[in-house]
Amino acid sequence: MKFLRDTLDKAKHSFEKGGKYHKYFYVFEALDTFHFSPNTVTPARGAQVRDAVDLKRLMMTVVIAMIPCLLFGIWNVGYQHYLALGQAASAGDIITVGLIQVLPIVIVAYAAGGLVEVVFAIMRRHPINEGYLVTGMLIPLVMPPDIPLWQVAVASIFSVVIAKEAFGGTGMNILNVALTARAFLYFAYPLQISGEVWTYLPAGAKTVAGYSGATPMAVAAQASTEGESVVQAFTSFGAGWGDNLYSFTNMFFGFMPGCIGETSTLMCLIGALILIVTGVGSWKIIVSVFAGALGMGAFLNLIAVNEYMAMPAYYHLVIGGLAFGAVFMATDPVTAAQTESGKWVYGLLIGILTVLIRVFNPAYPEGIMLAILFMNVMAPLVDYMVVSANKKRRLQRATV
Amino acid sequence: MGKFIRLKKGFDINMAGKAAPKIATIDQPETFAIKPTDFQGIYMPKMMVKEGDTVKAGTPLFHDKRHENIVFTAPVSGEVVQVKRGEKRKLLEVVILADKEVDYVSFNRYSVSDISGITREAAQQQMIDSGVWVNIIQRPFGIVADPQAKPKSIFISGFDSSPLAPDYGILFKGQEQYFQAGIDILKKFTSGHIHLNVHTSQELPSAFAQAKGAELNKFSGPHPSGCVGVQIHHIDPINKGDVVWTINPFGVIQIGKLFLNGVYDASRIIAVGGSEVKEPQYYKTYTGASVKKFLTGNLKQDHVRVVSGNVLTGTSIGTEGYVGFHDQQITVIPEGDYYEFLGWIKPTAAKLSYHRAFGLFSFLSPKKEFVLDSNTRGEPRAFVQTGVFEQVTPMDILPTYLLKSIMAEDFDEMEALGIYEVIEEDLALCEFVDVSKHNIQSILREGIDLMLNS
Repeated sequence: MKFLRDTLDKAKHSFEKGGKYHKYFYVFEALDTFHFSPNTVTPARGAQVRDAVDLKRLMMTVVIAMIPCLLFGIWNVGYQHYLALGQAASAGDIITVGLIQVLPIVIVAYAAGGLVEVVFAIMRRHPINEGYLVTGMLIPLVMPPDIPLWQVAVASIFSVVIAKEAFGGTGMNILNVALTARAFLYFAYPLQISGEVWTYLPAGAKTVAGYSGATPMAVAAQASTEGESVVQAFTSFGAGWGDNLYSFTNMFFGFMPGCIGETSTLMCLIGALILIVTGVGSWKIIVSVFAGALGMGAFLNLIAVNEYMAMPAYYHLVIGGLAFGAVFMATDPVTAAQTESGKWVYGLLIGILTVLIRVFNPAYPEGIMLAILFMNVMAPLVDYMVVSANKKRRLQRATV
Repeated sequence: MGKFIRLKKGFDINMAGKAAPKIATIDQPETFAIKPTDFQGIYMPKMMVKEGDTVKAGTPLFHDKRHENIVFTAPVSGEVVQVKRGEKRKLLEVVILADKEVDYVSFNRYSVSDISGITREAAQQQMIDSGVWVNIIQRPFGIVADPQAKPKSIFISGFDSSPLAPDYGILFKGQEQYFQAGIDILKKFTSGHIHLNVHTSQELPSAFAQAKGAELNKFSGPHPSGCVGVQIHHIDPINKGDVVWTINPFGVIQIGKLFLNGVYDASRIIAVGGSEVKEPQYYKTYTGASVKKFLTGNLKQDHVRVVSGNVLTGTSIGTEGYVGFHDQQITVIPEGDYYEFLGWIKPTAAKLSYHRAFGLFSFLSPKKEFVLDSNTRGEPRAFVQTGVFEQVTPMDILPTYLLKSIMAEDFDEMEALGIYEVIEEDLALCEFVDVSKHNIQSILREGIDLMLNS
């Protein structure tokens, strides 16, 4: 390690002020601090010791929490592929197909967004933000397995530039960066991110007889227009080629078509457990999103006038990306509500809006993306009310 | 009747090197120094003596230009050997070479029964002239108390919850009558209460148990429960326009000694601790002592940081520096100017963290005593993580919003968000736990200075 340290030390002065490559100082700094935690010490006045945590470790904790979703996603992409083809496949085949489809997306997302980070760090002279460690993993996990790689690149670049750097970088952004990428694709290239894109099928592939690539939400909406019970439609879906594909347990485990990382509620819950135990993600937000969705679902059950409204509320928790959004997107501390009581309101409203959008807006079958983006924008308002209440308590005390 | 306040929020930093409960006898340090930088709210201190002058304990050394009658006096008798100045001739230290025997300026002496007969004006004059006055700190803003002010109450924190804090039972043993006399004097300055706050899980020093005329409030919970700002917030919070005075028990005792003995007695006990001290223990000395004598031959290694005060709010003074006016402990920790390979992600149980992020296992061993060094453990970043400051601030205050209003220099917001209620020590834990490594205490002081100068 001494050799590496010496090399970095030697290179350091040409990146420092007055050095030949001073322009690229923050690139060097990022390289340096990813190898060695810095030798800086606390100032002479104030706290002389500091907590062992830093932002890099915090971000890596989130990345680690996403690994179960990623691994399951790789498996599921391959599994759905062979299911749609109606072919029996070994675990090796499944994983191979999954890796071939998923890894390039991950690499492209990291490379494209990372490049923007570096360019902005040089231009704007700010440190390279490790927030992209998380964003670069979140983007692939909310992509359909069939997405063209150039779209992944364009979406990553768009979201980092517009959603983050335009506001001043990590910590200053208003919208969740990964969701902005997803929303960008949704509105810019709707063909590739809606309809039957949720299973990887090479061009010209011959699917099994009776195959349908409809997602549970599409099935539910369809059933509702036809006046058929949603649960009934789930049960009968896939008959002959994928029996019980949309049974509650199957959807909970995540063996269904969908975005790479978001199909499995179980894996999201494992991620949630990691985030909550480590204290990195706010349990208040996670719990309140689920509670909001469940509560809204139950309320719709009571006043149900169509079959989607009558779908048992707990189905909302396992279909679509609700769990993934609740655990990994809504908890983004920068874009979420920042006050503790605000987090409850923020989470509840995300859950409620998600179900509302799902059930009442057939144009957007998945509600969680728009619900979170909407609440990202509203979060400062929620915080404003909480902070105002705090100020008011202080003022009231004065008159007593 | 006193109150009982149960605090839950906060964090006890458990460090290695706690001072053993014994008082060592060594030769007194040769030099002592008074540092104007230990006091807030004084402007352009003006020297009243020059190098080469001889002084007695209680002789004024310098005064505040804005409040000319507030003087800062010599803790011991001897010769002024150095007036150390920094940039723009800012006064940093007045160093005194101490006599073998301390010679005192004499002030009026009173018997215990006479104390009640002293008027506020007479008491105030003697306190200011002798130099004990500057023990009194005024909230808001933590400045040297303004003699014209009428505080609505006076607070004494009867315990120290900071890392490696000294035991008040040792510090103030046998000072019962002086403490009582000090309380009796202070009572003349407020129409409200004198609040003496103690911790439920610490043994009550007899000076406090016997004290009459003060409300005895009990607190429970981790640091910063011992910070007087937190205590004020829960008992008699500061609103706009309010003035509250705070004083630590040492100051109360010094006031008592001034009136009962007629001298400015700066003798005190300090704790010398920290992981790099061979024999952590207590020493009897005077305010402003040079730390050299306590550390020579008593350190495990050379590459250390010597902190006057505790590691959360203290000042790095070097191995030849002087103990701060208000400080009652010295903490010696390793200097942290080293690189660590993959230090940002390596799992560790040896580094203390309030957090439980990946690889930080210190939360599994809450009883363990940690060696903490001065490394920042990461680089400064924008605010990202939320909710953590609130977990270590047992007050109805939103530290993140307060800090942001300071950074934006928004006076109305600062006021509305409670800047009157906090000084650096109250938010010191936020600085420790901050993921983004802000220097929160200096940000807060900038805000306070803005308010003071507006």
